[in-house]
Amino acid sequence: MKFDTPAGQNPIDQLKVVGRPTDRIDGKYKTTGTAPYAYERHDVAENQAYGYVVGAGIAKGTVRAVDTAAAKAAPGVLAVVTTLDVPKLGLGTMNYANLFGGDRIQHYHQAVAVVVAETFEQARAAAFLVRVDAAPEAGRFDLAAEADSAPPVKADSGEGSGADGAERVGDFEGAFAQAPVTLDETYTTADESHAMMEPHATIAAWDGDRLTLWTSNQMIAWAKGSIAKILGIPKQNVRVDSPYVGGGFGGKLFVRADAVLAALAAKAAGRPVKVALTRPLIPNNTTHRPATIQRVRIGATPDGTITAIAHESVSGNLPDGGPETAVDQTKLLYAGANRLTALRLAHLDLPEGNAMRAPGEAPGMLALEVAMDEMAEKLGIDPVEFRIRNDTQVDPNQPERPFSHRNLVGCLRLGAERFGWDRRDRRPGQVRDGQWLVGLGMAAGFRNNLVMKSAARVRLDASGTVTVETDMTDIGTGSYTIIAQTAAEMMGVSLDRVVVRLGDSDHPAAAGSGGQWGANNATAGVYAACMRLREAVAQRLGINSADATFADGEVRAGNRAVALAVAAEAGEIVAEDAIEYGDLSKRQQQSTFAGHFVEVGVDVDTAEVRVRRMLAVCAAGRILNPKAARSQVIGGMTMGVGAALMEKLSVDKRRGFFVNHDLAGYEVPVHADIPHQEVIFLDEVDPTSSPMKAKGVGELGLCGVGAAVANAVYNATGVRIRDYPLTLDKLLARMPDAA
Amino acid sequence: MKSFTYERPGTPAEAAAAVARNPDAKFIAGGTNLLDLMKLQVETPAHLVDVNGLGLDTIEATPEGGLRIGALVRNTDLAADARVRKDYGVLARALLAGATGQLRNQATTAGNLLQRTRCPYFYDTAQACNKRRPGSGCSALDGVSRQLAVIGASEACIATHPSDMAVAMRVLDATIETVDAAGAERNIPIAEFHRLPGDAPERDTTLKRDELITAVTLPRPLGGAQVYRKVRDRASYAFALVSVAAVVQPDGTGRVAFGGLAHKPWRVEEAEGDLPRGARAAASGMLAGAAPTHDNAFKLVLAERTLGAALKQARA
Repeated sequence: MKFDTPAGQNPIDQLKVVGRPTDRIDGKYKTTGTAPYAYERHDVAENQAYGYVVGAGIAKGTVRAVDTAAAKAAPGVLAVVTTLDVPKLGLGTMNYANLFGGDRIQHYHQAVAVVVAETFEQARAAAFLVRVDAAPEAGRFDLAAEADSAPPVKADSGEGSGADGAERVGDFEGAFAQAPVTLDETYTTADESHAMMEPHATIAAWDGDRLTLWTSNQMIAWAKGSIAKILGIPKQNVRVDSPYVGGGFGGKLFVRADAVLAALAAKAAGRPVKVALTRPLIPNNTTHRPATIQRVRIGATPDGTITAIAHESVSGNLPDGGPETAVDQTKLLYAGANRLTALRLAHLDLPEGNAMRAPGEAPGMLALEVAMDEMAEKLGIDPVEFRIRNDTQVDPNQPERPFSHRNLVGCLRLGAERFGWDRRDRRPGQVRDGQWLVGLGMAAGFRNNLVMKSAARVRLDASGTVTVETDMTDIGTGSYTIIAQTAAEMMGVSLDRVVVRLGDSDHPAAAGSGGQWGANNATAGVYAACMRLREAVAQRLGINSADATFADGEVRAGNRAVALAVAAEAGEIVAEDAIEYGDLSKRQQQSTFAGHFVEVGVDVDTAEVRVRRMLAVCAAGRILNPKAARSQVIGGMTMGVGAALMEKLSVDKRRGFFVNHDLAGYEVPVHADIPHQEVIFLDEVDPTSSPMKAKGVGELGLCGVGAAVANAVYNATGVRIRDYPLTLDKLLARMPDAA
Repeated sequence: MKSFTYERPGTPAEAAAAVARNPDAKFIAGGTNLLDLMKLQVETPAHLVDVNGLGLDTIEATPEGGLRIGALVRNTDLAADARVRKDYGVLARALLAGATGQLRNQATTAGNLLQRTRCPYFYDTAQACNKRRPGSGCSALDGVSRQLAVIGASEACIATHPSDMAVAMRVLDATIETVDAAGAERNIPIAEFHRLPGDAPERDTTLKRDELITAVTLPRPLGGAQVYRKVRDRASYAFALVSVAAVVQPDGTGRVAFGGLAHKPWRVEEAEGDLPRGARAAASGMLAGAAPTHDNAFKLVLAERTLGAALKQARA
């Protein structure tokens, strides 16, 4: 189905099932331990052996030799495959670090061997017997040291939200020099790890030259293509299956070493092999969100009109790697006649930087939205009002290009009202509650909406059951549920008549889970397939499909009403289609918006920051399932608290690795850190996004919230920290006297 | 994890003898730290002597008016004991500030004292660490050291002791009771129990290898206001950047020990006389001779301010 004109009235608008806060249909399996994750799929292949990965202990250099004699002689060991046993393998799509093969070490904990044994314990014990002789080389590990010489870059974030290097509108420098009120500050954000609960894990089995991977992956079609490319085998010989994913956050957009090594190990052992990355390997072996150094300049007239805005960011990556596109949102979020955005990229020998939930906007908003707070203070204008004053309904870089639907102002006004923003004292450091200095902060939330082809197959059987098959994944987001809701709405059946099968590369290729594009595109693909099925059903029943309505398990036309199941009595009806997009998203800018409001307390003695309450008001088109969407947003808000207050991969700049490579050292918020969270969705639709009229929320909840925390910390203390995370050591020396 | 053999002895002395017989043996109780370290091969015992069946899990009043806490009393049970809550509030609070409910259910009193440092280089077997592999060097000295020691460290090691419980026990002047393979018993004042790293950071304590902790004894209650203030980057399930255990009497005198600063709970009795004069005066004596790294110099400011907060709380 081609989608190239805004959606009119369609069956989804009935909202009998879609739009309802339905419980997650996979929830009971997750909570009772009956949803098997990749490593737990004991029944998919017999005689599974266990692989254990050995990571390099140097950051850069050459592997001269790997002594596997002791490991091979250890009890239970079936095979050992080292990186010297195979030539350098191909790279997966959108990846830059070699996952295995050859003698070059590009980053710490790069896989150098996999040991296969009868039991996990035997494999692990033997892995410690592998002796790797590696010659280390000096490397570049310090972003700040490389930043000044980092060259400009043109790049794409890998998720379609491209940044094109330097972009200019008008004369930024001239306007900035003329501006009566200016701000010029630099902000730094840390390297971050996805820290999903389920580690990367794969079971691999070969049947002749055909490979099956039961794995944990967000993007099945990408995974299938990438593993074929990496291993040099035909794509049609690969099957990837990933029905349940215990969190991804971008860390499972790509095939990782677990999949490659499971495949190689299964070949070597001659039987199925399962491999999970151990937690201490994950931060250095896989990808991470790269650190940034961002400079923001804003010039305005005294009435708060922005006349000049510039955002430049430098980040680092391995050679051929991409930049963190932290300036993306600044192209679109606020008006201003004179503009500059630019990216620079340093070569670093740290592990590969790549997408993590809201790549670009997540760190970019941490800078821009603090700069906006600082500017509002300089202007003596309320920060909510300052943002409203600079709202734009068109793409400021291309004023002829409007936003498809933009109600940022509504988010900010409603949020301010609900949060009690008018009770905020503009003067920082004024409010005490016992031991706590209390502050309020806010920020805009912004993340683009991305459209992407997505296919599905729908079956109707004689029992009246509608089965949806697509390779779409559910990474904890609610895909199963919203797809079932979509099919139920389209076919006029109740939710319990719908079966959803996801994550299998034998199914039609969906948009997958990433970039908050999954919900809208995958359900739109199901919509398209259901339209086909409705036609096929009508045809079987001898009804003109244009006259047919599907409701209450029946197909109705005129005075006729037939049970839907009757249509399949002569045999199952199968329909398949994809949603494919025209240029609507080019002609109009599709984005999602939020107002984030946060109250923090800062301990007057110790400078510990604790969030007291949070509110997000979101405008993201139709909300397909408010319960699942709320979970997405509060998860994003929690991640934003992490980025603002504690999450940081600490770089050992001499040895070149992330030192705190486990969940004790890499701290993410725990329950005690997250108090009251409230989410409000504005009631709106965006007919340009798809027939679903929905947009994404999975990343919107994260974008901006960290800046709201930082702005609240400033309001509480009067101390402005521009170096994330805002740990207490940075605040302490400048805290007001602890009287 | 290396393969190991395993036994469950019948008495504490037998347990000690079992460890004495095998140079690669270790005691195991709750296992909340040892098993993790074994999985990473930071610890590689060839034989485990499981002491969980030895009893040693009661809390009894002593004739001196104190409490004798069995070595195997679980952290949860110790924190919940009515006598501990009433008379040794600093200990109950320190216990509850540590780890998580699940870990406290499993972790024992003796095991808590014996937990090993959380220095990230100790945990990464690809890195030099004198505590893990004596003589290999210390990567932390010029590495990432934000969490590490600011006082009492050496050129060989800047690790900290991670326990909260031990800090409270230090301020309470607890005594550690042990038995060895010969059946000889010994009482070790907690001040002499944990070591500074010096040139032998592989040794965390003054225990002999075959010496088993059987109990920890607390003297008579001190009264006063008892405070445990733990400062960390998140609200729960994190090790202390700095912690303060304080027992403060109505006249302002008292005792104080710091956690998170050194290779052992850090208490300087001679400086406690300055407590009535406030945190700044007391802290300057307690932290004299500190030698922080660039990453962790903030801990000195934080220690003084946290002490100030603890004293305020004690007065409130």
